[in-house]
Amino acid sequence: MAHPTALALEFHLVAYKRTWRSSVFSSFALPAMFLVAMGITVGHYIDERSTSIGVPYLDYLGPGLLAATALQVAVGDSTWPVYGGFHWTRVYHVMRASPLTVGDVLRGHLAFVLLRVALSSAGFLVVLLLFGALHSWWALTTPLVAVLVGAACAAPCFAFAARATSDGAFAVLFRVAVVPMTLFAGVFFPVESLPWVARLLAYVSPLWHGVELSRAATLGTATAWGVPAHVAVLAVWCAVGYVLALRSFTRKLGD
Amino acid sequence: MAEDEALIAATALVKQFGDFTAVDGIDVRVRAGEAFGFLGPNGAGKSSTMRMIGCVSRPTGGALRILGLDAAKDGAAIRARLGVCPQQDSLDLELTVLENLTVYARYFNIPRKVARARAMELLDFVQLADRAGDKVEPLSGGMKRRLTIARALVNEPEIVLLDEPTTGLDPQARHLVWERLFRLKQRGVTLVLTTHYMDEAEQLCDRLVVMDAGRIVAEGSPRELIDRHSTREVLEVRFGNDPLDGFADKLDGIGERVEVLPDRILVYTGDGDAAAAQVHGRGLTPSSVLVRRGSLEDVFLQLTGRTLVD
Repeated sequence: MAHPTALALEFHLVAYKRTWRSSVFSSFALPAMFLVAMGITVGHYIDERSTSIGVPYLDYLGPGLLAATALQVAVGDSTWPVYGGFHWTRVYHVMRASPLTVGDVLRGHLAFVLLRVALSSAGFLVVLLLFGALHSWWALTTPLVAVLVGAACAAPCFAFAARATSDGAFAVLFRVAVVPMTLFAGVFFPVESLPWVARLLAYVSPLWHGVELSRAATLGTATAWGVPAHVAVLAVWCAVGYVLALRSFTRKLGD
Repeated sequence: MAEDEALIAATALVKQFGDFTAVDGIDVRVRAGEAFGFLGPNGAGKSSTMRMIGCVSRPTGGALRILGLDAAKDGAAIRARLGVCPQQDSLDLELTVLENLTVYARYFNIPRKVARARAMELLDFVQLADRAGDKVEPLSGGMKRRLTIARALVNEPEIVLLDEPTTGLDPQARHLVWERLFRLKQRGVTLVLTTHYMDEAEQLCDRLVVMDAGRIVAEGSPRELIDRHSTREVLEVRFGNDPLDGFADKLDGIGERVEVLPDRILVYTGDGDAAAAQVHGRGLTPSSVLVRRGSLEDVFLQLTGRTLVD
Protein backbone atom coordinates (compact mmCIF):
# COMPACT_ATOMS: atom_id res chain seq x y z
CA MET A 1 0.00 0.00 0.00
CA ALA A 2 1.52 3.27 -1.08
CA HIS A 3 1.31 6.09 1.43
CA PRO A 4 -1.38 8.62 0.45
CA THR A 5 1.21 11.42 0.39
CA ALA A 6 3.18 9.42 -2.18
CA LEU A 7 -0.01 9.09 -4.27
CA ALA A 8 -0.35 12.87 -4.27
CA LEU A 9 3.33 13.21 -5.24
CA GLU A 10 2.73 10.79 -8.10
CA PHE A 11 0.40 13.25 -9.84
CA HIS A 12 3.10 15.93 -9.87
CA LEU A 13 5.62 13.48 -11.29
CA VAL A 14 3.25 12.49 -14.12
CA ALA A 15 2.59 16.16 -14.88
CA TYR A 16 6.34 16.90 -14.74
CA LYS A 17 6.95 14.50 -17.64
CA ARG A 18 5.56 17.22 -19.91
CA THR A 19 7.68 20.11 -18.74
CA TRP A 20 10.92 18.75 -17.33
CA ARG A 21 13.06 19.79 -20.29
CA SER A 22 12.27 23.49 -20.09
CA SER A 23 12.41 23.47 -16.31
CA VAL A 24 15.87 21.87 -16.30
CA PHE A 25 17.07 24.73 -18.46
CA SER A 26 15.68 27.52 -16.31
CA SER A 27 16.64 26.01 -12.97
CA PHE A 28 20.11 24.82 -13.91
CA ALA A 29 21.48 26.42 -17.09
CA LEU A 30 20.74 29.97 -15.94
CA PRO A 31 22.69 29.75 -12.67
CA ALA A 32 25.47 28.02 -14.58
CA MET A 33 25.62 31.05 -16.88
CA PHE A 34 25.80 33.25 -13.81
CA LEU A 35 28.67 31.17 -12.54
CA VAL A 36 30.59 31.64 -15.78
CA ALA A 37 29.84 35.35 -16.10
CA MET A 38 30.48 36.32 -12.50
CA GLY A 39 32.84 33.61 -11.34
CA ILE A 40 35.27 33.74 -14.23
CA THR A 41 35.07 37.27 -15.59
CA VAL A 42 34.37 39.28 -12.46
CA GLY A 43 36.39 36.73 -10.49
CA HIS A 44 39.40 37.53 -12.66
CA TYR A 45 39.43 41.15 -11.45
CA ILE A 46 38.83 40.16 -7.85
CA ASP A 47 41.50 37.47 -7.76
CA GLU A 48 44.09 39.92 -9.22
CA ARG A 49 43.78 42.11 -6.13
CA SER A 50 44.62 39.66 -3.38
CA THR A 51 41.50 39.39 -1.25
CA SER A 52 40.56 38.15 2.18
CA ILE A 53 38.42 35.34 0.73
CA GLY A 54 41.31 32.91 0.64
CA VAL A 55 40.13 30.91 -2.41
CA PRO A 56 39.55 31.80 -6.09
CA TYR A 57 36.36 33.88 -6.41
CA LEU A 58 34.67 31.23 -8.60
CA ASP A 59 35.14 28.65 -5.85
CA TYR A 60 33.72 31.13 -3.33
CA LEU A 61 30.75 32.07 -5.52
CA GLY A 62 29.81 28.52 -6.66
CA PRO A 63 28.38 27.14 -3.41
CA GLY A 64 26.60 30.46 -2.81
CA LEU A 65 24.90 30.22 -6.21
CA LEU A 66 23.98 26.62 -5.45
CA ALA A 67 22.05 27.75 -2.38
CA ALA A 68 20.57 30.71 -4.26
CA THR A 69 19.37 28.33 -6.98
CA ALA A 70 17.64 26.25 -4.33
CA LEU A 71 15.87 29.43 -3.19
CA GLN A 72 14.83 30.38 -6.73
CA VAL A 73 13.52 26.93 -7.64
CA ALA A 74 11.74 26.51 -4.31
CA VAL A 75 9.96 29.87 -4.45
CA GLY A 76 9.13 29.63 -8.15
CA ASP A 77 7.68 26.14 -7.73
CA SER A 78 5.67 26.92 -4.61
CA THR A 79 3.96 30.12 -5.69
CA TRP A 80 2.33 29.99 -9.16
CA PRO A 81 1.84 26.20 -9.20
CA VAL A 82 0.27 26.26 -5.71
CA TYR A 83 -2.03 29.12 -6.66
CA GLY A 84 -2.89 27.20 -9.83
CA GLY A 85 -3.74 24.09 -7.81
CA PHE A 86 -6.49 26.09 -6.12
CA HIS A 87 -7.62 28.35 -8.95
CA TRP A 88 -6.41 27.20 -12.39
CA THR A 89 -6.08 23.43 -12.69
CA ARG A 90 -8.01 22.99 -9.40
CA VAL A 91 -6.05 19.77 -8.87
CA TYR A 92 -6.11 20.22 -5.08
CA HIS A 93 -9.90 20.20 -5.12
CA VAL A 94 -9.84 17.10 -7.31
CA MET A 95 -7.49 15.31 -4.89
CA ARG A 96 -9.64 16.41 -2.00
CA ALA A 97 -12.62 14.47 -3.36
CA SER A 98 -10.57 11.26 -3.03
CA PRO A 99 -9.47 9.66 0.25
CA LEU A 100 -6.38 11.91 0.31
CA THR A 101 -6.38 14.34 3.23
CA VAL A 102 -5.48 18.02 3.12
CA GLY A 103 -2.11 17.10 4.67
CA ASP A 104 -1.48 14.54 1.91
CA VAL A 105 -2.28 17.12 -0.77
CA LEU A 106 0.13 19.62 0.82
CA ARG A 107 2.97 17.19 1.56
CA GLY A 108 2.73 15.52 -1.86
CA HIS A 109 3.27 18.83 -3.64
CA LEU A 110 5.93 19.96 -1.17
CA ALA A 111 7.82 16.71 -1.70
CA PHE A 112 7.74 17.31 -5.43
CA VAL A 113 9.18 20.83 -5.02
CA LEU A 114 11.98 19.46 -2.83
CA LEU A 115 12.71 16.76 -5.39
CA ARG A 116 13.10 19.47 -8.02
CA VAL A 117 15.41 21.40 -5.72
CA ALA A 118 17.51 18.29 -5.07
CA LEU A 119 17.83 17.51 -8.79
CA SER A 120 18.81 21.03 -9.80
CA SER A 121 21.38 21.30 -7.01
CA ALA A 122 22.86 17.92 -7.93
CA GLY A 123 23.20 19.14 -11.51
CA PHE A 124 24.80 22.34 -10.32
CA LEU A 125 27.21 20.35 -8.18
CA VAL A 126 28.43 18.55 -11.32
CA VAL A 127 29.11 21.92 -12.96
CA LEU A 128 31.12 23.03 -9.93
CA LEU A 129 33.10 19.80 -10.12
CA LEU A 130 33.89 20.45 -13.78
CA PHE A 131 35.14 23.95 -12.88
CA GLY A 132 37.34 22.42 -10.20
CA ALA A 133 35.55 24.47 -7.55
CA LEU A 134 35.08 21.63 -5.05
CA HIS A 135 37.71 21.33 -2.29
CA SER A 136 36.15 18.72 0.00
CA TRP A 137 34.23 15.46 -0.02
CA TRP A 138 31.69 17.25 2.16
CA ALA A 139 30.54 18.81 -1.13
CA LEU A 140 28.44 15.66 -1.58
CA THR A 141 26.14 16.93 1.17
CA THR A 142 25.24 20.13 -0.69
CA PRO A 143 22.06 18.66 -2.26
CA LEU A 144 20.90 17.97 1.30
CA VAL A 145 21.69 21.55 2.24
CA ALA A 146 19.80 22.70 -0.86
CA VAL A 147 16.76 20.61 0.14
CA LEU A 148 16.84 22.15 3.61
CA VAL A 149 17.03 25.67 2.16
CA GLY A 150 14.33 24.72 -0.33
CA ALA A 151 12.00 23.49 2.41
CA ALA A 152 12.69 26.57 4.54
CA CYS A 153 11.68 28.80 1.61
CA ALA A 154 8.96 26.66 0.01
CA ALA A 155 6.89 25.93 3.12
CA PRO A 156 6.08 29.59 3.91
CA CYS A 157 5.51 30.21 0.19
CA PHE A 158 2.88 27.44 0.14
CA ALA A 159 1.10 29.28 2.94
CA PHE A 160 1.46 32.61 1.13
CA ALA A 161 0.27 31.23 -2.22
CA ALA A 162 -2.73 29.52 -0.61
CA ARG A 163 -3.84 32.84 0.86
CA ALA A 164 -3.04 34.98 -2.19
CA THR A 165 -6.06 36.50 -3.91
CA SER A 166 -4.23 37.04 -7.21
CA ASP A 167 -1.04 35.74 -8.78
CA GLY A 168 0.27 39.31 -9.02
CA ALA A 169 1.49 38.92 -5.43
CA PHE A 170 4.24 36.55 -6.52
CA ALA A 171 6.09 39.03 -8.75
CA VAL A 172 6.13 41.32 -5.72
CA LEU A 173 7.47 38.48 -3.56
CA PHE A 174 10.37 38.02 -5.96
CA ARG A 175 11.11 41.76 -5.97
CA VAL A 176 10.98 42.32 -2.21
CA ALA A 177 12.29 39.00 -0.91
CA VAL A 178 13.95 36.68 -3.42
CA VAL A 179 16.07 39.20 -5.34
CA PRO A 180 17.31 41.16 -2.28
CA MET A 181 18.11 37.88 -0.52
CA THR A 182 20.01 36.62 -3.52
CA LEU A 183 22.02 39.85 -3.71
CA PHE A 184 22.69 40.53 -0.02
CA ALA A 185 22.66 37.20 1.86
CA GLY A 186 26.29 36.28 1.33
CA VAL A 187 26.13 34.69 -2.12
CA PHE A 188 28.37 37.23 -3.88
CA PHE A 189 30.31 38.75 -0.96
CA PRO A 190 30.66 38.23 2.80
CA VAL A 191 27.82 39.79 4.81
CA GLU A 192 30.45 41.29 7.14
CA SER A 193 30.89 44.06 4.56
CA LEU A 194 27.21 45.08 4.95
CA PRO A 195 25.98 47.83 7.32
CA TRP A 196 24.68 46.24 10.54
CA VAL A 197 20.97 46.58 9.74
CA ALA A 198 21.36 44.76 6.43
CA ARG A 199 23.56 42.19 8.12
CA LEU A 200 20.84 41.49 10.68
CA LEU A 201 18.35 40.94 7.86
CA ALA A 202 20.77 38.52 6.22
CA TYR A 203 21.10 36.62 9.51
CA VAL A 204 17.32 36.22 9.70
CA SER A 205 17.00 35.09 6.07
CA PRO A 206 17.08 31.38 5.31
CA LEU A 207 19.42 31.90 2.38
CA TRP A 208 22.43 33.12 4.38
CA HIS A 209 22.40 30.02 6.55
CA GLY A 210 22.15 27.87 3.44
CA VAL A 211 25.05 29.72 1.83
CA GLU A 212 27.18 29.25 4.96
CA LEU A 213 26.47 25.50 5.04
CA SER A 214 26.94 25.04 1.32
CA ARG A 215 30.20 26.99 1.23
CA ALA A 216 31.60 25.18 4.24
CA ALA A 217 30.79 21.89 2.51
CA THR A 218 32.43 22.60 -0.85
CA LEU A 219 35.47 24.42 0.58
CA GLY A 220 35.90 22.17 3.62
CA THR A 221 35.94 25.17 5.95
CA ALA A 222 34.06 26.08 9.14
CA THR A 223 30.76 28.00 9.14
CA ALA A 224 30.21 31.34 10.89
CA TRP A 225 27.95 30.04 13.69
CA GLY A 226 28.59 26.29 13.58
CA VAL A 227 26.54 23.76 11.59
CA PRO A 228 23.90 23.03 14.29
CA ALA A 229 23.01 26.71 14.62
CA HIS A 230 22.49 27.18 10.88
CA VAL A 231 20.50 23.96 10.60
CA ALA A 232 18.38 25.04 13.57
CA VAL A 233 17.47 28.39 11.97
CA LEU A 234 16.51 26.65 8.73
CA ALA A 235 14.52 24.06 10.68
CA VAL A 236 12.54 26.85 12.36
CA TRP A 237 11.71 28.32 8.95
CA CYS A 238 10.57 24.86 7.80
CA ALA A 239 8.46 24.15 10.87
CA VAL A 240 6.74 27.54 11.05
CA GLY A 241 6.19 27.54 7.29
CA TYR A 242 4.70 24.05 7.34
CA VAL A 243 2.29 24.84 10.16
CA LEU A 244 1.13 28.00 8.38
CA ALA A 245 0.82 26.15 5.07
CA LEU A 246 -1.24 23.34 6.58
CA ARG A 247 -3.51 25.88 8.22
CA SER A 248 -3.99 27.83 4.98
CA PHE A 249 -4.62 24.67 2.96
CA THR A 250 -7.13 23.42 5.52
CA ARG A 251 -8.97 26.72 5.37
CA LYS A 252 -9.10 26.63 1.57
CA LEU A 253 -9.96 22.96 1.12
CA GLY A 254 -11.98 22.05 4.17
CA ASP A 255 -13.79 25.21 5.31
CA MET B 1 -25.34 -1.58 9.29
CA ALA B 2 -29.01 -2.39 9.30
CA GLU B 3 -30.42 -3.47 5.93
CA ASP B 4 -32.93 -0.69 5.79
CA GLU B 5 -30.56 2.01 6.97
CA ALA B 6 -30.32 4.92 4.56
CA LEU B 7 -27.07 5.31 2.59
CA ILE B 8 -27.15 8.99 3.43
CA ALA B 9 -28.87 10.22 6.56
CA ALA B 10 -28.77 13.91 7.41
CA THR B 11 -30.47 15.07 10.58
CA ALA B 12 -30.95 18.77 11.35
CA LEU B 13 -27.88 19.41 9.16
CA VAL B 14 -26.55 22.98 9.32
CA LYS B 15 -23.76 24.77 7.45
CA GLN B 16 -22.78 28.31 8.36
CA PHE B 17 -20.13 30.57 6.87
CA GLY B 18 -19.60 33.27 9.48
CA ASP B 19 -22.99 34.92 9.95
CA PHE B 20 -24.42 33.41 6.79
CA THR B 21 -26.43 30.21 7.09
CA ALA B 22 -26.16 28.29 3.82
CA VAL B 23 -27.93 25.14 5.02
CA ASP B 24 -30.49 25.67 7.74
CA GLY B 25 -31.31 22.39 9.48
CA ILE B 26 -32.29 19.92 6.77
CA ASP B 27 -33.34 16.27 7.16
CA VAL B 28 -32.59 13.97 4.26
CA ARG B 29 -32.65 10.19 3.77
CA VAL B 30 -31.26 8.67 0.60
CA ARG B 31 -31.90 4.95 0.06
CA ALA B 32 -29.70 2.51 -1.84
CA GLY B 33 -30.26 2.43 -5.56
CA GLU B 34 -32.37 5.53 -5.88
CA ALA B 35 -31.68 8.71 -7.80
CA PHE B 36 -32.15 11.55 -5.36
CA GLY B 37 -32.22 15.21 -6.31
CA PHE B 38 -31.76 18.57 -4.67
CA LEU B 39 -33.74 21.06 -6.72
CA GLY B 40 -33.48 24.77 -6.11
CA PRO B 41 -32.23 28.09 -7.47
CA ASN B 42 -28.64 29.27 -7.16
CA GLY B 43 -27.83 30.02 -3.53
CA ALA B 44 -30.45 27.64 -2.12
CA GLY B 45 -27.78 25.64 -0.29
CA LYS B 46 -27.60 22.68 -2.69
CA SER B 47 -23.87 22.83 -3.31
CA SER B 48 -23.07 23.38 0.37
CA THR B 49 -25.11 20.28 1.15
CA MET B 50 -23.31 18.32 -1.56
CA ARG B 51 -19.90 19.40 -0.23
CA MET B 52 -20.85 18.13 3.22
CA ILE B 53 -22.06 14.83 1.76
CA GLY B 54 -18.80 14.65 -0.21
CA CYS B 55 -16.94 15.01 3.12
CA VAL B 56 -14.93 18.03 2.01
CA SER B 57 -16.85 20.49 4.17
CA ARG B 58 -17.54 20.04 7.86
CA PRO B 59 -21.16 20.33 9.07
CA THR B 60 -21.59 23.24 11.50
CA GLY B 61 -24.42 21.42 13.24
CA GLY B 62 -26.59 18.35 13.12
CA ALA B 63 -25.65 14.80 12.22
CA LEU B 64 -24.57 13.36 8.87
CA ARG B 65 -24.07 9.64 8.37
CA ILE B 66 -22.99 8.25 5.01
CA LEU B 67 -22.66 4.52 4.25
CA GLY B 68 -23.13 3.94 7.96
CA LEU B 69 -20.13 6.13 8.87
CA ASP B 70 -19.92 9.52 10.56
CA ALA B 71 -19.07 12.20 7.99
CA ALA B 72 -17.35 14.34 10.63
CA LYS B 73 -14.96 11.56 11.67
CA ASP B 74 -14.54 9.09 8.81
CA GLY B 75 -14.22 11.49 5.87
CA ALA B 76 -11.40 9.66 4.09
CA ALA B 77 -13.05 6.25 4.44
CA ILE B 78 -16.33 7.63 3.09
CA ARG B 79 -14.65 9.49 0.21
CA ALA B 80 -12.99 6.22 -0.83
CA ARG B 81 -16.49 4.88 -1.61
CA LEU B 82 -17.95 8.01 -3.25
CA GLY B 83 -17.75 9.25 -6.81
CA VAL B 84 -17.78 13.02 -7.23
CA CYS B 85 -18.61 14.96 -10.37
CA PRO B 86 -18.07 18.60 -9.40
CA GLN B 87 -19.93 21.54 -10.85
CA GLN B 88 -16.79 23.15 -12.24
CA ASP B 89 -14.81 21.06 -14.72
CA SER B 90 -11.48 20.25 -13.13
CA LEU B 91 -9.90 17.93 -15.66
CA ASP B 92 -6.19 18.26 -16.32
CA LEU B 93 -6.20 19.88 -19.74
CA GLU B 94 -2.65 18.90 -20.59
CA LEU B 95 -2.94 15.23 -19.72
CA THR B 96 -4.59 12.82 -22.13
CA VAL B 97 -8.16 11.63 -21.71
CA LEU B 98 -6.91 8.25 -20.47
CA GLU B 99 -4.30 9.77 -18.13
CA ASN B 100 -6.97 11.90 -16.49
CA LEU B 101 -8.64 8.69 -15.35
CA THR B 102 -5.53 6.69 -14.44
CA VAL B 103 -3.97 9.56 -12.46
CA TYR B 104 -7.21 10.02 -10.55
CA ALA B 105 -7.45 6.28 -9.87
CA ARG B 106 -4.05 6.41 -8.17
CA TYR B 107 -5.44 8.79 -5.53
CA PHE B 108 -7.57 5.81 -4.49
CA ASN B 109 -4.51 3.58 -4.43
CA ILE B 110 -5.84 1.50 -7.30
CA PRO B 111 -2.95 -0.46 -8.88
CA ARG B 112 -1.81 1.00 -12.22
CA LYS B 113 -2.79 -2.06 -14.26
CA VAL B 114 -6.27 -2.22 -12.77
CA ALA B 115 -6.64 1.55 -13.20
CA ARG B 116 -5.78 1.32 -16.88
CA ALA B 117 -8.19 -1.53 -17.58
CA ARG B 118 -10.98 0.17 -15.66
CA ALA B 119 -10.29 3.50 -17.38
CA MET B 120 -10.62 1.89 -20.82
CA GLU B 121 -13.94 0.30 -19.80
CA LEU B 122 -15.24 3.61 -18.50
CA LEU B 123 -14.19 5.49 -21.63
CA ASP B 124 -16.18 2.94 -23.55
CA PHE B 125 -19.14 3.55 -21.25
CA VAL B 126 -19.07 7.34 -21.77
CA GLN B 127 -18.40 6.91 -25.50
CA LEU B 128 -14.95 8.46 -25.48
CA ALA B 129 -12.87 5.33 -26.16
CA ASP B 130 -11.70 6.70 -29.53
CA ARG B 131 -10.33 9.83 -27.79
CA ALA B 132 -8.31 7.95 -25.13
CA GLY B 133 -4.93 9.19 -26.37
CA ASP B 134 -6.04 12.78 -27.11
CA LYS B 135 -5.43 15.82 -24.96
CA VAL B 136 -8.47 17.02 -23.00
CA GLU B 137 -8.22 20.66 -24.04
CA PRO B 138 -9.95 20.39 -27.47
CA LEU B 139 -12.86 18.22 -26.25
CA SER B 140 -16.35 19.74 -26.35
CA GLY B 141 -18.15 20.72 -23.16
CA GLY B 142 -20.33 17.61 -23.30
CA MET B 143 -17.34 15.32 -23.78
CA LYS B 144 -15.52 16.93 -20.86
CA ARG B 145 -18.55 16.43 -18.65
CA ARG B 146 -18.81 12.78 -19.68
CA LEU B 147 -15.11 12.36 -18.96
CA THR B 148 -15.64 13.90 -15.52
CA ILE B 149 -18.44 11.40 -14.92
CA ALA B 150 -16.15 8.56 -16.00
CA ARG B 151 -13.52 9.87 -13.59
CA ALA B 152 -16.06 9.84 -10.78
CA LEU B 153 -16.69 6.13 -11.47
CA VAL B 154 -13.08 5.00 -11.47
CA ASN B 155 -13.16 3.78 -7.86
CA GLU B 156 -16.43 1.86 -8.44
CA PRO B 157 -18.31 4.08 -6.00
CA GLU B 158 -21.46 3.08 -4.15
CA ILE B 159 -22.82 6.63 -4.33
CA VAL B 160 -22.19 9.11 -7.14
CA LEU B 161 -22.58 12.82 -6.34
CA LEU B 162 -23.34 15.05 -9.32
CA ASP B 163 -23.37 18.80 -8.79
CA GLU B 164 -25.28 20.44 -11.67
CA PRO B 165 -24.30 17.68 -14.10
CA THR B 166 -25.57 19.34 -17.27
CA THR B 167 -25.32 23.07 -16.54
CA GLY B 168 -23.80 24.86 -19.51
CA LEU B 169 -24.33 22.01 -21.99
CA ASP B 170 -26.32 22.23 -25.21
CA PRO B 171 -29.53 20.15 -25.41
CA GLN B 172 -28.02 17.27 -27.37
CA ALA B 173 -25.06 16.95 -25.00
CA ARG B 174 -27.45 17.08 -22.03
CA HIS B 175 -29.49 14.18 -23.35
CA LEU B 176 -26.38 12.10 -23.85
CA VAL B 177 -25.33 12.77 -20.23
CA TRP B 178 -28.83 11.95 -18.96
CA GLU B 179 -28.86 8.72 -20.92
CA ARG B 180 -25.52 7.64 -19.39
CA LEU B 181 -26.71 8.55 -15.89
CA PHE B 182 -29.88 6.57 -16.47
CA ARG B 183 -27.76 3.54 -17.41
CA LEU B 184 -25.81 3.97 -14.17
CA LYS B 185 -29.04 4.02 -12.24
CA GLN B 186 -30.12 0.82 -13.95
CA ARG B 187 -26.91 -0.79 -12.72
CA GLY B 188 -28.00 -0.02 -9.18
CA VAL B 189 -25.64 2.90 -8.47
CA THR B 190 -27.13 5.42 -6.07
CA LEU B 191 -27.17 8.88 -7.64
CA VAL B 192 -27.40 12.13 -5.73
CA LEU B 193 -27.61 15.23 -7.86
CA THR B 194 -28.30 18.92 -7.62
CA THR B 195 -29.93 20.84 -10.38
CA HIS B 196 -31.85 23.99 -11.08
CA TYR B 197 -33.37 22.46 -14.18
CA MET B 198 -36.82 21.02 -13.57
CA ASP B 199 -36.64 18.83 -16.67
CA GLU B 200 -33.43 17.29 -15.40
CA ALA B 201 -35.01 16.58 -12.03
CA GLU B 202 -38.09 15.06 -13.71
CA GLN B 203 -35.98 12.93 -16.06
CA LEU B 204 -33.56 11.54 -13.53
CA CYS B 205 -34.87 11.69 -9.99
CA ASP B 206 -36.97 9.04 -8.26
CA ARG B 207 -37.31 11.38 -5.35
CA LEU B 208 -36.25 14.92 -4.68
CA VAL B 209 -36.33 17.74 -2.23
CA VAL B 210 -36.99 21.33 -3.20
CA MET B 211 -34.61 23.70 -1.42
CA ASP B 212 -34.97 27.40 -0.91
CA ALA B 213 -32.82 29.67 1.27
CA GLY B 214 -31.12 26.74 3.01
CA ARG B 215 -34.32 24.90 3.89
CA ILE B 216 -36.28 22.02 2.41
CA VAL B 217 -39.68 23.29 1.35
CA ALA B 218 -41.05 20.08 -0.19
CA GLU B 219 -40.15 16.45 -0.65
CA GLY B 220 -41.44 13.63 -2.84
CA SER B 221 -41.31 12.08 -6.29
CA PRO B 222 -41.61 14.57 -9.18
CA ARG B 223 -45.13 13.30 -9.90
CA GLU B 224 -46.23 13.60 -6.26
CA LEU B 225 -44.89 17.13 -6.00
CA ILE B 226 -46.63 18.23 -9.16
CA ASP B 227 -49.91 16.65 -8.05
CA ARG B 228 -49.64 18.24 -4.62
CA HIS B 229 -48.50 21.75 -5.52
CA SER B 230 -49.58 22.35 -9.09
CA THR B 231 -52.48 21.52 -11.41
CA ARG B 232 -52.66 18.95 -14.16
CA GLU B 233 -52.33 21.63 -16.84
CA VAL B 234 -51.02 25.16 -17.01
CA LEU B 235 -52.09 27.80 -19.49
CA GLU B 236 -49.40 30.34 -20.39
CA VAL B 237 -50.59 33.55 -22.00
CA ARG B 238 -48.54 36.51 -23.20
CA PHE B 239 -49.66 39.96 -24.22
CA GLY B 240 -46.79 41.23 -26.38
CA ASN B 241 -45.06 44.14 -24.73
CA ASP B 242 -48.07 45.31 -22.68
CA PRO B 243 -47.54 45.71 -18.93
CA LEU B 244 -49.19 42.71 -17.22
CA ASP B 245 -50.09 44.27 -13.87
CA GLY B 246 -53.77 44.85 -14.65
CA PHE B 247 -54.42 41.38 -16.05
CA ALA B 248 -54.72 39.59 -12.72
CA ASP B 249 -58.17 41.12 -12.24
CA LYS B 250 -59.22 40.57 -15.83
CA LEU B 251 -58.40 36.85 -15.61
CA ASP B 252 -59.78 36.38 -12.12
CA GLY B 253 -61.92 33.29 -11.76
CA ILE B 254 -60.41 31.41 -14.68
CA GLY B 255 -58.79 28.13 -13.56
CA GLU B 256 -57.82 27.46 -9.96
CA ARG B 257 -55.20 30.16 -9.62
CA VAL B 258 -53.56 32.90 -11.69
CA GLU B 259 -49.89 33.85 -11.40
CA VAL B 260 -48.59 37.02 -13.06
CA LEU B 261 -44.90 36.90 -13.99
CA PRO B 262 -42.95 39.78 -15.53
CA ASP B 263 -43.20 38.32 -19.04
CA ARG B 264 -46.23 36.00 -18.95
CA ILE B 265 -49.30 34.95 -17.01
CA LEU B 266 -49.80 31.39 -15.75
CA VAL B 267 -53.29 30.02 -15.26
CA TYR B 268 -53.39 26.84 -13.19
CA THR B 269 -56.19 24.63 -14.32
CA GLY B 270 -57.30 21.06 -14.89
CA ASP B 271 -58.21 21.86 -18.48
CA GLY B 272 -55.94 24.31 -20.33
CA ASP B 273 -57.96 24.50 -23.54
CA ALA B 274 -61.14 25.36 -21.68
CA ALA B 275 -59.28 28.07 -19.77
CA ALA B 276 -57.91 29.48 -23.03
CA ALA B 277 -61.41 29.62 -24.43
CA GLN B 278 -62.52 31.52 -21.31
CA VAL B 279 -59.71 34.05 -21.79
CA HIS B 280 -60.82 34.71 -25.35
CA GLY B 281 -64.44 34.76 -24.16
CA ARG B 282 -63.61 37.81 -22.00
CA GLY B 283 -62.56 39.70 -25.10
CA LEU B 284 -58.86 39.45 -24.40
CA THR B 285 -56.47 38.82 -27.28
CA PRO B 286 -53.19 37.33 -26.02
CA SER B 287 -50.21 37.49 -28.38
CA SER B 288 -49.47 33.87 -27.56
CA VAL B 289 -51.26 31.00 -25.83
CA LEU B 290 -49.62 27.78 -24.67
CA VAL B 291 -51.15 24.85 -22.82
CA ARG B 292 -48.70 22.54 -21.09
CA ARG B 293 -48.61 20.01 -18.27
CA GLY B 294 -47.88 21.14 -14.74
CA SER B 295 -44.16 20.88 -13.95
CA LEU B 296 -41.69 21.17 -11.10
CA GLU B 297 -41.12 24.76 -12.19
CA ASP B 298 -44.73 25.43 -11.15
CA VAL B 299 -44.18 23.56 -7.90
CA PHE B 300 -41.25 25.77 -7.10
CA LEU B 301 -43.11 28.94 -8.06
CA GLN B 302 -46.03 27.93 -5.87
CA LEU B 303 -43.80 27.09 -2.90
CA THR B 304 -41.47 30.08 -3.01
CA GLY B 305 -43.15 32.70 -5.16
CA ARG B 306 -40.08 32.75 -7.38
CA THR B 307 -38.94 31.09 -10.60
CA LEU B 308 -36.10 28.58 -10.56
CA VAL B 309 -33.85 30.10 -13.19
CA ASP B 310 -33.52 33.85 -12.74
